[in-house]
Amino acid sequence: MGVAVRSTKTESGPIHYRYFMNVGPQHPSTHGVLRLIIGLYGEYVLSIEPVIGYGHRMHEKMAQSRPWQAFLPNTARMDYACCLPHQHCYLSLIEQHTGIKVPPRAEYIRVIAVELNRIASHLLWLGAFLLDLGAFTPILYCFDDREEVLDILENLTGARITHCFFRIGGVLADIDDHSANRIREFMRRMRGRFSVYHKLVTENIIFIKRTRDIGIITPDMARRYGATGPVLRGSGIAYDVRKQQPYSAYRDFSFDVPTGSRGDCYDRYLVRVEEMQQSLCIIEQALERMPAGEIRAPVPRTIRLPAGQRSFSVEGARGEVTYYLVADGTDTPYRLKVRSPCYANLNLIQELGQGMLFADMIATLGSLDLVIPEIDR
Amino acid sequence: MDTIISITSAFTSVALAAAVIVGFVFVNATALGYIERKLCGRFQRRIGPMEVGWHGILQMPVDGIKLIAKQLIVPSHVAGPLFYVAPVLAFAPAALPFLVMPFAPRIQVLAMEAGLVFVLAVISFNTFAVFLAGWSSNNNYSMIGALRAVAQNISYEIPILLSLLTVVFLTGSFNLSRIVQVQESLWFVLRHPGAILAFLVFFIAAIAETNRAPFDLPEAESELTAGFHTEYSGIAFGMFMIAEYTYLFVNCCLATAVFFGGWWGPTLPFGQYSSCIWFFIKAYTLVFIVIWCRWTFPRVRFDQLMNLSWKYLIPIALGNLLLTALCTKL
Repeated sequence: MGVAVRSTKTESGPIHYRYFMNVGPQHPSTHGVLRLIIGLYGEYVLSIEPVIGYGHRMHEKMAQSRPWQAFLPNTARMDYACCLPHQHCYLSLIEQHTGIKVPPRAEYIRVIAVELNRIASHLLWLGAFLLDLGAFTPILYCFDDREEVLDILENLTGARITHCFFRIGGVLADIDDHSANRIREFMRRMRGRFSVYHKLVTENIIFIKRTRDIGIITPDMARRYGATGPVLRGSGIAYDVRKQQPYSAYRDFSFDVPTGSRGDCYDRYLVRVEEMQQSLCIIEQALERMPAGEIRAPVPRTIRLPAGQRSFSVEGARGEVTYYLVADGTDTPYRLKVRSPCYANLNLIQELGQGMLFADMIATLGSLDLVIPEIDR
Repeated sequence: MDTIISITSAFTSVALAAAVIVGFVFVNATALGYIERKLCGRFQRRIGPMEVGWHGILQMPVDGIKLIAKQLIVPSHVAGPLFYVAPVLAFAPAALPFLVMPFAPRIQVLAMEAGLVFVLAVISFNTFAVFLAGWSSNNNYSMIGALRAVAQNISYEIPILLSLLTVVFLTGSFNLSRIVQVQESLWFVLRHPGAILAFLVFFIAAIAETNRAPFDLPEAESELTAGFHTEYSGIAFGMFMIAEYTYLFVNCCLATAVFFGGWWGPTLPFGQYSSCIWFFIKAYTLVFIVIWCRWTFPRVRFDQLMNLSWKYLIPIALGNLLLTALCTKL
């Protein structure tokens, strides 16, 4: 238990008695093994100190101690909710570095898989966020839809969570007519479901009261902390790697980058819901214009990484995922640095949470969409 | 000899009443637990418990046996006797309101003149138990949950009292069976606009008073893990749950008796006894609405909860009370 109340004497003001509380590492609203040491004054949060590292699995060290091919499964285990962008990023980096050309059909399949994964991730977030706000039921509706995505991805990739689907120079399997029809069916279903979510959540007065003007991230603050993804776009900055530096096949598709206006939890919610619709648009276009051809480029059996450095960024479900490679001419990276978006987004909570009500702090934490194993790596 | 017989018979009737009421509390909590789990399943596109018994109907008794059989884990840092007293204190008074509840003309243990006051007094006792539980647990989550519970219950007792007083003004009696009898021709909620408003205030306040979602802040699991009963396990936790369900049902019974005409309904055979069916149908309908709210809405924030009571419900209830009083005088 330890000391519940500790006093801190400030220079001029009165003595503030803080009630210290541990949120996590085992706690219903930290979604993993995040620990927050919170100093409370009544219901008000005076200070937040995140403690991370409980899920550290030495992914970066593993990358520099084995041939680069053997690291592929690790990329599927960085972010349990949305792993394909990580894999996409890692492989694109290697392919760019070694000069392997990926067939256009493979890029299209990659885009479809990644966007499906993004929808699954946002659905998971939506349910978990509402659970943080105390609504029990929506998570089951979200999981119901997510289940459909996972079924499709399972059919396609062979796994439900840790999809190791992409291969050097292409993908593991083709999207045949059966899979395409299933995806189309899912799109029809999902488009109808948004009205359910809007009725259940968006127009709910308690939900609006709990999220409107709560946890406002100003554009300046978002820039200072290096926030990316829906957190940044919720603050009104239309930065999306898929638009700013189009990679893979994203140049071929037209889609919007939704942004918020106030930067509060409600805006971040709206941005994510709109992003799901945009992902459906991208999938639809990709299915329509899918080029014929190979799904995997012929690749030599052993590939050494030429000496040099290179970085590659993709838009993950939570923000910009960057892999930075330093190679020394062997088949093992000298160093592989992973930039996880959640790490930057988590740091916002320290400044953002000060002076908030405890419940608002939990809501704000939920709206950042943190996946802790991705931070810990 | 006559005295002995009368004492014995009085004792027997008291013991019988106590046994029936305690039995009813357990059966009712079990039934409500089952109904809630089934309904929650339906709201969430699931089917709920199905394994134990026909459509899982034995799930709750089995869970109850599990809770009783479970080891009571008592953390070393809790404050001794108070920790053990709290669940008993939560559970024991929960049965008392049924003593004066008029289920049917002949099914009422005690036609107390101040029945309504008695029920409200007993319901307030729950706050005491919850605070004791949170305080003696010596746990930060529990403490905050307990503080929230006290602030919440005190705030919401006022609108409950004010809204019930509206009906007391209309009938001129605190006696629950008389309040029901007056409604023979028409329920209060249909008869008087003041009573409709009073019912709405009462219903919202009653949900908050019983710590049910969307006002379940003392046990808000996304913030306080399990709130005031974080440190309780086994049947100690079970007693808090039984108390919660019982208080929920008491509030619905109160609303039925005061606003919805209690046992009145189309005549049934053995009217003196079987009309309690109407009472239960009405009460369980209200319970259904409470459960529906719970599984639909997100939780409100603490200051919003306080504002709702002090800025809206209390002024509305007070204004309504004054207007009703004025109307009855005219």
